[in-house]
Order: sequence, then C-alpha cells, then structure tokens
Amino acid sequence: MTQMPLAKALNESLRKALENDPKVVIMGEDVGRLGGVFRITDGLHKDFGEDRVIDTPLAESGIVGTAIGLALRGYRPVVEIQFDGFVFPAYDQIVTQLAKMHARSLGKVKLPVVVRIPYGGGIGAVEHHSESPEALFAHVAGLKIVSPSNANDAYWMLQQAIECDDPVIVFEPKRRYWDKGEVDVSAVPGDLHKAVVAKPGTDLTLAAYGPMVKVCLEAAAAAANEGRSLEVLDLRSMSPIDFDTIQASAERTGRLVVVHEAPVFYGAGAEIAARITERSFYHLEAPVLRVGGFHAPYPPARLEEEYLPGLDRVLDAVDRALAF
Amino acid sequence: MSVKSTAARRTTRGGAKRRGGEPGLVQLLTPEGERVEHPEYSIDLTAEELRGLYRDMVLTRRFDGEAITLQRQGELGLWASLLGQEAAQIGSGRATRPEDYVFPTYREHGVAWTRDVDPLNLLGMFRGVNNGGWDPNENHFHLYTIVIGSQTLHATGYAMGVAKDGADSAVIAYFGDGASSQGDVAEAFTFAAVYNAPVVFFCQNNQWAISEPTEKQSRVPIYQRAAGFGFPGVRVDGNDVLAVLAVTRAALEHARSGQGPMLVEAFTYRMGAHTTTDDPTRYRADEEREEWASKDPIQRLRTYLEKEGLADEAFYAEVEAESDALAKRVRDGVRNMPNPEPMAIFENVYADGHALVDEERAQFAAYQASFEDAAAPGKGH
Ligand SMILES: Cc1ncc(C[n+]2csc(CCOP(=O)(O)OP(=O)(O)O)c2C)c(N)n1
Ligand SMILES: [Mg+2]
Repeated sequence: MTQMPLAKALNESLRKALENDPKVVIMGEDVGRLGGVFRITDGLHKDFGEDRVIDTPLAESGIVGTAIGLALRGYRPVVEIQFDGFVFPAYDQIVTQLAKMHARSLGKVKLPVVVRIPYGGGIGAVEHHSESPEALFAHVAGLKIVSPSNANDAYWMLQQAIECDDPVIVFEPKRRYWDKGEVDVSAVPGDLHKAVVAKPGTDLTLAAYGPMVKVCLEAAAAAANEGRSLEVLDLRSMSPIDFDTIQASAERTGRLVVVHEAPVFYGAGAEIAARITERSFYHLEAPVLRVGGFHAPYPPARLEEEYLPGLDRVLDAVDRALAF
Repeated sequence: MSVKSTAARRTTRGGAKRRGGEPGLVQLLTPEGERVEHPEYSIDLTAEELRGLYRDMVLTRRFDGEAITLQRQGELGLWASLLGQEAAQIGSGRATRPEDYVFPTYREHGVAWTRDVDPLNLLGMFRGVNNGGWDPNENHFHLYTIVIGSQTLHATGYAMGVAKDGADSAVIAYFGDGASSQGDVAEAFTFAAVYNAPVVFFCQNNQWAISEPTEKQSRVPIYQRAAGFGFPGVRVDGNDVLAVLAVTRAALEHARSGQGPMLVEAFTYRMGAHTTTDDPTRYRADEEREEWASKDPIQRLRTYLEKEGLADEAFYAEVEAESDALAKRVRDGVRNMPNPEPMAIFENVYADGHALVDEERAQFAAYQASFEDAAAPGKGH
C-alpha cells in the first residue's frame, strides 16, 4: 500500500500499462514533454519515447479518429482530451465511429480505445473547463463509461479500461486529482463496472460517482451528527450501471438520492430513478430524488460554488426524502 | 510629417539581404529599428501615427502585465498573456476599420484595445464573473472564443453575410499556430474559398501551442496552406508593427474589394507562459526566448522613433504616465468588480424563455431563501 494523489495513481497506472503491453500508446495534446496540463503523463515521454507517448496536433477529431485507425491496426491507444469542454470536436468520431464499428463489422472489429477526460468543476477555471458531459456519451450504445472517485480506483480502473476490448471513456474527477489515497498495487481488482458501498448506512442511500462521492461521504458524516445513518454508494461506472447494487441498497434503506455535477435534466440520475422505481416501487418510502446541475450553461467560476451540488444541497435533498 | 522619404532611403540597404535569410517574410522595420522596403507591401505613416502605434503597444503591454499581477494576487482566476505579440495585435487591429468585424481567440487583448473594448470587460471573464458579456456589435469585436478554432467558421459565415449584403467591409478571424490543425479551421478555409468570403484569416504563429512547437502542427509554413485552398497567404514579421499594419491593411482591402479570403501568418513569439497556470521551463529553452527578446516589437519601434527623432522625451513620459493611469484603473476596476448574483445562473439561458429554467430558478430561489429565513432571528419554521 502506498499513499498517492489520484493524479499520480493515474500516472502509475499508465506506466504499468505501457510496461505490460507494447501495443499501448498514449496520445493527446501536450502529453509529451509537458506531461499533460495535469501532469497525468509526467515522465512517460522520457521513459517510453515519443513513439509511445505521442504529442498530437491540436485536433480532437484527429486524435480520436487516428486512435481508431491505430486500434484497427492492433494498437491500444489511450487518448487524453485536455478538458471536458474540448471533447466535442471529437464527438462525431466517438459517437458515430468508435461506438458503432464493432456492431457494424458484426463483431469482427474490436476497438480497444480509451478516452481519458478530466471532467467536472470546482477548480475555478474559465469556460469549457468544468463541464460534466458524461450523459451525452452514456446515451450511446457501444461506449463504456467509468469514473473513479479515489486513487486506488483510478489506478485499477484505468488499467482495466485499457485491457477492455471495447471503447471506454474514463471520466477523471479533476478536482480530486490532488486528493491522496491508499493505492494497493497488488490487490486483485474487482469488476470494473461494479458499484461499491463506500459507507454503509440504514436510513437513506446516496448514490454518486467521481467527484461527488467525497461530497456524499461528507454529507453522511454531517448527517451522522444528527443521528441519521446514510449509506453512500460509489457507482464507479455510468455505462453499464450496476443497478443490482443500487437496488439492494435502496430496498434496504427505502430512500435513494442520486447526486452528480452534471445537469439533472436527462442525466444519470434520471435513468437511475426510473430503473429503481420500476424495480423497487413497493420498497421505496420516498420518490428517488436527484441533486445536480441546473438546466443552464456551467456558470463563470465565481458562481460555481452556488451551482455545484455541495454539502447543503445534498443534505437538503436528504431532508426532503426523509420527510416523505 | 511623412517619414517615407527617409525610410525609403534607408531601406534599400539591409532590406534585401535580411530578407534573404527568411524567404517570404515581409518586414518593414528590422529588429534593429531600421526601416526597410518590401516590393509588395509599403506603408507611409505620419510621425503621429507612428507614435500612436508605439503608445498602443506600450499601453497594451502594461495592461497585460497588470493582469498577470492581478492573477498572482488572486484577483483573476487565469490570464493568457500576449507578451511579445503586441505588434501582431496592434498592427492588425489598427488595420481594421470600424465597420469591419473581428473574431478573436482568448489572447487578443491588444486587438480589443484597438477596437475600444474596455479592458475591464476582458478581465471580467478571466476573473470568473462572466463568460465574456460584452456586446460584440458595439465595437464589432466578437466574444473571446476558448474552444480552439471555432471562431474561424463564425467569421467566415459572418463574412458570407457581408458579401450577401454587398457591404463595404471585411472580417478578420484570429487564430493560433496550434489552431491551424483543427478541422474547423480547414473547413473555414474551404467555405471562405468556395464562397469568396471577405475574411482575413490572421494566424499569430507564436511558435508554441502550450508545450508543442509549430513543427507538431505543420510540415509547411502555415501561410503556405492557403495555396491549397485557392487563396493567397503571406508571412509577415509579427514583431514588426509596420509590416503587420501594411500587410493586414492590404489583406482586408483584398477581401473588401471582392477578391475573397486571405491568410496572414504573423511570425511572432509567445514570450510568456501559455497562461498563468503554465510552466514553460518544462518544455522550452531559455535561449530561444532570449533570441526573440532581441526582436522585441516595442523596442524596435522605439529605436526607430529615437533614431529619426520622431518623438521627444515629453511623449515618452506621457505614455508612461498614461500606462500608470491605465494600470491603476484596471487594478481598481478589477478589485471592485462585484461577484454576480447567484440567480444570474438562470439568466439568458434562452432568448425566449424555457419552462424548466423557470422552474429551477424558482426552486433555487426558495432554497436560497431558506437559509436567510433560518438565519433571521426569531423567525424559525
Ligand atoms: C478544442 C480545444 N482543444 C484544446 C484546448 C486547450 N488549449 C487551449 S489553448 C491551446 C493551445 C493553443 O495554441 P495556439 O492555437 O497556437 O494559440 P496560442 O495559445 O499559442 O495563442 C490548447 C491546446 C482548447 N481550448 N480547445
Ligand atoms: Mg501558438
């Protein structure tokens, strides 16, 4: 076990993947000498060379499109999109090509491409640097989507994504990059798409992923002071979603609140609320509530504290759910 | 007073020789502050106009430096410095006419200055109180665009409209060497060429796209790309304000007069970090920066002004005083810039309104009010 920041865990994970499989290549803007704007690829260019850690031209459609070509040729490209808001020039390649080629080839073609996207707000950035577009991708069949919330998951989930024969988008919680956690490099990892109980509880279930898991754990701690026992689920995977684990927890506690930074309208919470209502209608004491972003563009930095779901907004939803 | 006669005499010396080293680079003022002539591009400025360019560049640099300081002090979230690119921006900006339309990236603070955009507007965005917020139509200066390359298409479309209207104006789209790789930029070139749109593509090749040198973007000099799309391209010394002004004027006139698009590559250098969060020591050598420092755009014009006796001490002192005043205005303005009201989140999402926004606005207002109620003494629920 070693303590390291989430960003370092991703870095170690990429290093391991490059060591393990000569077909793994890293591509993206500034991933070479600079080591990426968040230093996730720090040192890899130096140690593995520019054939494997590739500074690309500034063109996201080109990055993902050529990654698809490399995958067709037997490589396992891991591409970095510099920030959430800059994935859209590549949206066509991801949605129209990357997601569908396996099906179009009747299973003959596999595209083991990993797209890493630092996402979410809370770092005081300018426009397009704080968005949570995961639902825009989760809506597309053919893509798998995961988001680690802590260093250990970052380390393992990225490697599992790289080993996966399907395209996987790894949404990295950028505001947690600097958060330290224990990484167990020897433990056999669990299923990439399985949700875990981050904190057990009995009165209500909070389900979250990525950056919001920490907020939910804090909310659970605050609620505990008022004698309320909240269970926190770390969903880890947005596509597929581990509905079984959510169902089991929701039926145990009778109440479910889903929390994400992304807008609630058409968001992951909507999908979870619908499925759990279908599965567990008679076990629920309250409607499934959602806490998330508004139907508005991500606001300028000086408003993000109001915009982002924080402790108070989560606890407000907890109160409302418990009041039913 | 015209300085052309003196300039013309001086130029024939060094000009051709110097150009020999950099084929195709249009230069009218050498790094040593010597006026040279170019067979295709000439300029004839009064001493007052020359002093004006100098003043613009000094004030822009000062404003930029002040913004960096404000960022360091936590007043701004981020700043993208234009240090080193003053001539490219002032020269091209001053080439535009009021009725022309400018589409900037996020670094065109000098161009904004020439369009009379209040510097505080630019700072609002980097402070994080808005995402731009100025009225693009007021100064014909569009909002900053952070997503690389997008604005080149908007500029092209705007220019297509200008052409449809038969208006006597042109459009200028700014972009960087890195941006030249974006599909949007290639598509803008295609549309502009096919529709003969009156747009000037103005590429500031500052040699770097964050940590990537221009070689990572292109195997040919960027200005040569235009040929493949069927319109002219020219490379100008981007640290030579006179050459930039002359070339951009000609390019805008080319567009205005119905001859279609043109690409100008201003060869310059990003003297600072990419932004205040960047650390260029990780990827580039000090020597490179030092070499470019000797080509400084402001110093070379000053040398020329001094050599030719086109400005006196009083002028320089006045510009210095003006810089101080600008810096103070910017400092005070930023520090006193209020944070937006939380409810602003829900404003201007749609022009015609949207039921869900109204619902969420009301819910959020009630949520906010619940804290006030809780805080108010003797007024619990
Ligand atoms: C579509 C997109 N991808 C990535 C980025 C992140 N990014 C911001 S500036 C920049 C480099 C731009 O280089 P260049 O076009 O040369 O302009 P410069 O910053 O040098 O003025 C990058 C990659 C972005 N803003 N937009
Ligand atoms: Mg550049």
